[in-house]
Amino acid sequence: MAKIVVDVMLKPEILDPQGNAVASALPRLGFSFAKSVRQGKRFEIEVEGEPTADQLAQVEKAAEVLLSNPVIENFVVRVEK
Amino acid sequence: MRVGVITFPGTLDDRDAARAVVAGGSEAVSLWHADADLKNVDAVILPGGFSYGDYLRCGAISRFAPVMSLVIEAAGKGMPVLGICNGFQVLCESHLLPGALTRNSDLHFLCRDQEIEIVNNTTAWTSSYKSGEKIVIPLKNGEGSFQCDDNTLAQLEGEGHVIARYVGQNPNGSRNLIAGITNARGNVVGLMPHPEHAINELTGPSAQGLGFFTSILNAMVK
Repeated sequence: MAKIVVDVMLKPEILDPQGNAVASALPRLGFSFAKSVRQGKRFEIEVEGEPTADQLAQVEKAAEVLLSNPVIENFVVRVEK
Repeated sequence: MRVGVITFPGTLDDRDAARAVVAGGSEAVSLWHADADLKNVDAVILPGGFSYGDYLRCGAISRFAPVMSLVIEAAGKGMPVLGICNGFQVLCESHLLPGALTRNSDLHFLCRDQEIEIVNNTTAWTSSYKSGEKIVIPLKNGEGSFQCDDNTLAQLEGEGHVIARYVGQNPNGSRNLIAGITNARGNVVGLMPHPEHAINELTGPSAQGLGFFTSILNAMVK
């Protein structure tokens, strides 16, 4: 069974207070590696068998209409084995 | 006139909105999210709350409720629509208004009395106010930061589509202190703070929110 993954991230120019909060929590725990942190959403969609081109096109459409808000977010669709 | 108040699963402020409609001199009509029926109302209010648990994004799922397709169609024909708080989020998700509401810049849920300035009194929902009038009404939300790209912001400002701004310190990181906006026609208005909780000094910080609900009568008389 294959999995279609949709990653949704706030656009770079949109303020991400959650990511900022994580970024400021890391050094308090001794983690000093992070220059910045952005937080996003990941959707895992299971389909029967290998995803077809039509299914992927539909997922793209769903990502645009529902899973993301194109005003503030970008998304990437990929297939994970 | 008949003003519909929509109840989604998770809506909180439908009762207060209906009460404010009546106090403003109109008849309040309950509308249910799952019914594709506007019951011949003359205007619609999308009240505050946490429709569909704010899952996915605030207002993202409500936008696809059966009643919303009728609201979107009616708004396109000029019917007055007011979205308060979560309702504002639904209007943005529905693309009836530009921009989006995101997490408050300090991540805290805010609940306080907030001073705002009415900067556009030509809309269906703000005509009872004077331009520049300052009012104090409750602000209570976790995702009230109004965001949009620079072009949209320039357009909102250039065409006078900002209807209200926060006074004093920016409570939530909203661009240009924006508390509320309208569409070009002036019939669709979104507002983050809650005028319906400020219609009576016994239960609110002021009675200054009532103007939103009396304005709608002016709009109909015109």
